[in-house]
Amino acid sequence: MTDATPALLVEGLSHSYGARMALDAVSFRVAQGSFTVLLGLNGAGKSTLFSLATRLYAAREGKIEIFGFDVMREPGEALRRLGVVFQARTLDLELSLMQNLVYHAALHGIGPFEARRLGVEALARAGLAERANDKARALSGGQMRRVEIARALLHEPRLLLLDEPTVGLDIKARADILSDVRALVREQGLGVLWTTHLIDEIEPDDSVVILHHGKILAAGRAAEIAAANGAGSIGDAFARLTGAREETPA
Amino acid sequence: MNASTGFTLRQYAICLLGVMGREGLRFLHQRERFVSALVRPLVWLFIFAAGFRQVLGISIIPPYETYVLYEVYITPGLMAMIQLFNGMQSSLSMVYDRETGNMRTLLVSPFPRWFLLGAKLFAGVAVSVLQVYAYLLIAWFWEIEPPTKWGYLTVLPALALAGLMLGALGMLLSSLIKQLENFAGVMNFVIFPMFFASSALYPLWRVKESSPWLYFVCAVNPFTHAVELIRFAFHQRVAWSSFAAVAVYTSVFLVAAILAYDPARGMLMRRGG
Repeated sequence: MTDATPALLVEGLSHSYGARMALDAVSFRVAQGSFTVLLGLNGAGKSTLFSLATRLYAAREGKIEIFGFDVMREPGEALRRLGVVFQARTLDLELSLMQNLVYHAALHGIGPFEARRLGVEALARAGLAERANDKARALSGGQMRRVEIARALLHEPRLLLLDEPTVGLDIKARADILSDVRALVREQGLGVLWTTHLIDEIEPDDSVVILHHGKILAAGRAAEIAAANGAGSIGDAFARLTGAREETPA
Repeated sequence: MNASTGFTLRQYAICLLGVMGREGLRFLHQRERFVSALVRPLVWLFIFAAGFRQVLGISIIPPYETYVLYEVYITPGLMAMIQLFNGMQSSLSMVYDRETGNMRTLLVSPFPRWFLLGAKLFAGVAVSVLQVYAYLLIAWFWEIEPPTKWGYLTVLPALALAGLMLGALGMLLSSLIKQLENFAGVMNFVIFPMFFASSALYPLWRVKESSPWLYFVCAVNPFTHAVELIRFAFHQRVAWSSFAAVAVYTSVFLVAAILAYDPARGMLMRRGG
């Protein structure tokens, strides 16, 4: 693996549910240490891509590599380098924050003592150190997301996938989480794939992949995509490419 | 942790204990589940068995060497019932986990999927065995006990195997059930038929007298073999044919469940996650 090996490589990926084509020859990459946005409306195929990248089920065609390891052929090596935040809330509400983290660590072969040490650090970073023994149920939506991100980073992966992580959060929580993840990219060189349907989460220098009805319509820097489509912003470019009105957050 | 090699045995053990620990914590947090798991067989024991004691005469059949009280006869059946309910409860929790996304956090672990599912299964079996011993403790106060104290020990492997079979069946069902609401069907179409069409409540020779067809159903019912395996083990004997049947059913259910959760061909894919 060299520095040029992409954190995530998706090549010729196709997948269908029966007759319905969910992904059609999708190819793109997330460079190491980059913040890449996968932009698409609901039903674009983002969640299918997530399911395939996390090996929930297998791709019918094409391949997905994480730091050069094929997800289907070497799932162990690929998945240990990957942290995931799913769209649905996946903390165990009956367990405390620390118990959730220790459980996750065990799923990565990290013993309970080391897990507690990492857990204390992770919760401190998330600003929830004093809540370690509270049940997950007691947290707000934004706090849960912060814990989920902390949990996804517990085993020190180099690639973080987040599936619409800001859905259902208030404006402040959204902004906080976005800036936290951007800081991880900047300061720790983490590769991030951030899926969203919200244009205002994109900055001009971000890498953007536009997915629509299972196909990639554009990929590149946000500003370049806008310029290439004769649009003033990535939002306008997205609207022109997809024929949709600009999606703005509720 | 060396990121370039596979996991060590110690890490496998950590993962297994982690999954078991989580199931244990969940179980502790759901006290009503524990209580109902205990009350259910006790209701059968103290009410049903007491009422039917005079109606149902049990002749001397192996492993019993003398006439036994009806309470004694149905105790192995109730032990298996605890495990049956627990297996289905585990399957319910897997469907719930799938809906809430908790199943995804398990399946995205880098450990092999068969190992993750196996760990989940073992965790469920451990919980069911604890429930059975809690029931046996209460039954002991009513003088329902094995011929010697060793019976408590010799029944353990039988409980482990029966628990594995019923847990694997639950896991297979969990992959087939689309939504949580469909679970009520499992009660009607799996738990009740399996329990009643078995040797849990009445010896099979009695069933044979009334209906050869029903006798056949009972004889092939995996639950019957779980009950007989436990019954004999409780009396420090081995029911070899039931042992073989339970082993075969366990293997079949387990392989089918692992295939159903296999990324390449499983049911998860067909319904799109």
